[in-house]
Amino acid sequence: MRPDRARTALVVILAAILVLGPVVPRWTLFLLTVAIAKGFVALGLMLFLRCGLVSFGQALYYCVGAYAAGMLGRLYGVSDVFTLMLAGMAASALLAFVLGFLLARYRGIFFGLLSLAISMILYGLLVKTEALGSTDGFNVLPSTLFGWRPADEWVRYAVLAAATLVAFAAALAVHRFLGTPLGRLAPAIKDNEIRVEYMGASARHAIHVSYVIAGALAGIGGALAATTVGHIDPEMGYWTASGEFIFITILAGTGSVLAPFLGALIFGIIQSVAFDLSPNTWQMTLGAALLVVIVFLPEGLWSLFRRRRAA
Amino acid sequence: MAAILDAQGLHKSFGAVTAASDICASIERDSVVGLIGTNGAGKTTFINMITGYLKPDRGRIRYEERDITALSPRDITRIGICRSFQIPQLYASLTAFENVLVGIGVVQRNAGRGGFFSRGAALVPGYERPAEEVADLLLERFGLAEYRDRNAQVLPGGVRKLLDIALTLVARPKILLLDEPTSGVSADEKFAIMDMIMAAVRAEGITVLFVEHDMEVVSRFAERVLAFYDGRIIADAPPQVALADPEVKRFVVGGELHRMDEQAAGKASGHA
Repeated sequence: MRPDRARTALVVILAAILVLGPVVPRWTLFLLTVAIAKGFVALGLMLFLRCGLVSFGQALYYCVGAYAAGMLGRLYGVSDVFTLMLAGMAASALLAFVLGFLLARYRGIFFGLLSLAISMILYGLLVKTEALGSTDGFNVLPSTLFGWRPADEWVRYAVLAAATLVAFAAALAVHRFLGTPLGRLAPAIKDNEIRVEYMGASARHAIHVSYVIAGALAGIGGALAATTVGHIDPEMGYWTASGEFIFITILAGTGSVLAPFLGALIFGIIQSVAFDLSPNTWQMTLGAALLVVIVFLPEGLWSLFRRRRAA
Repeated sequence: MAAILDAQGLHKSFGAVTAASDICASIERDSVVGLIGTNGAGKTTFINMITGYLKPDRGRIRYEERDITALSPRDITRIGICRSFQIPQLYASLTAFENVLVGIGVVQRNAGRGGFFSRGAALVPGYERPAEEVADLLLERFGLAEYRDRNAQVLPGGVRKLLDIALTLVARPKILLLDEPTSGVSADEKFAIMDMIMAAVRAEGITVLFVEHDMEVVSRFAERVLAFYDGRIIADAPPQVALADPEVKRFVVGGELHRMDEQAAGKASGHA
C-alpha cells in the first residue's frame, strides 16, 4: 500500500508531543492542550466547509460537551479525562443527531444563522439556570487518568498526552472518512447539489452525517477544555466562541485533517503574543493576522505545505 | 412487445400553460427514441416527469411493471433511469477524473460498499474493479483521458457535454435520457459525439430517449420519433415517416425544412 502522508505526519506529531512533553516549559503544555480542544471543533467545521457550509453556532456543541463533562463530575464525581471526553462526545453527538434533521435541510446563510440561533438559545438557557451557576458557571474536578491522580507538576502533561491520543484517533478516523464515497461527496455537494441527487445520492443525508461527526468532535473538544481549564461557563457557547472556531478553520484551510489542529495552535500563539504585547488591542492584532492570511493564502495556512510539495 | 417504460395519460399544467396533455407513450426495451418539438412543446416536461423532478397532475408512469409516478429523482436514478443535462451539470471545482470518481462512489454506496468500516479497496459493482480503475476506464471510453486532471470548469464545451453523459452512465442505467446531447456542440463534432454515446450505450444494452433539435441527428440515430407540439404527441413513428408527416412539418420542423426543400427544388430546376 502507498504510504499515506497524513498518516505518517500524524504518527510523527503524536510521538513528538509524547516525547517532548516532559521537557518543554509547562505553559506550552496548557497552550497545546487548549489548541487541541479547539482543533477538534475546527476539524468538524472543516467538514462543513468542504460541503460549502459555515456554522456560526458550533460553540453549541463545544459548550454541551463541556457541561456534560462538568455535570458528570458534579453529580457522579467522575474526573477521568477519557470518560469525560467520551461523555462530551456522546452528549453532543446525540444533540447533533436530533438537530441535524432540521439543519441538514438548509444551505448557505440559512444554515449559518439557524445554527447561530440554536446556539444562542442554549446560551440563554445556561445564563438563566442558577443551578448551573448562571453566568459564573462552575468549577470542574481536577483531572485524573483511570482513577490515578498525577502529581501537580505532571497533570498538564498527563492531560495533554490523553488529548493527543484522542486527537490522533479522531484525525485518523476523519481522514479515513474523507476517503470514503460518502466523504468524497462533500465537494460535489458544494459544487452542484442537483447533480448529486440525480446521481442517486442524498445530499441531506451526507450533510446530516457530517453534522453529527462535527458535533461529536466539538463535544470532545468542549470536555477536554473543561477538564484542562478547570472551569466552565456559558461564554463557551456564546457566538464569539463560534466566531473564534470559524476564524481558526479559515486560518487553517481545509487541505488536511492536520490543518485544524495546526490552525488552533497558531491561533493560540498569536492570541498569547498579541495579548502580551498589547493587552487592550489584542483583537486588532488577531484580525490583522487573519486579514493577511485571507489575502495572501486564500486557502489557509495549509496551502503553504501544499505549495512546497508541488514545487 | 417488451415495454420497459410506459406513460399513460400524463397531464401537467403550470397555471394557464398546459405542458403535457394526455401524453401516452410506451418505450420498448433497447430502443433509441428521439423526442422532437419546438421550445415549450413539452419534451423536457416529459423527461422531468419520467425522472420524478415534476409530478404529473394526472396519469401514470410505469417502469418494468412498477409504478414510479410518485418517486423522487434520487430513487428513480437508483432503479436505473438516469438523465444527462442540456447544460452540463458537473462539479466545477473537481477534475474530470474526480467528477467520475464521485459518481462511482455513489454507485458503491448504493450497493452498500466502500463504507467507513469496510476493509481494503472497495470494488465497483458491475465492474468488480477498484473505483480509480473504473474512472479511468470510463474516461477512456469517452475519449476524455487527456482531460483527466483538468478542472471541469475549464473544459471545452464538447468535452463538458461528454463528461456530463459519462457521469450519467456511471450508474449503468437501464434507461438513459439525454437532454439535447448535441446542443452547444460544433456542427462537425455532433455526429462524433453521438457515435461515441451510441457505442457506449450499445455495449451496455441501454434504452435511450434523447431530446434533439437537429433533424439530421434525429434521422440518423433515432429508431423512433416522438414529435411534441403544445403538450401533445402529434406523431409517433420511425423518423422517415414522422419527419414527413404534414403536421410535424408544419409545427415542429417548421419553415426550415420547407426552405431546404425549396432550395433543393430551386437548385434542381436551375440545373434542369
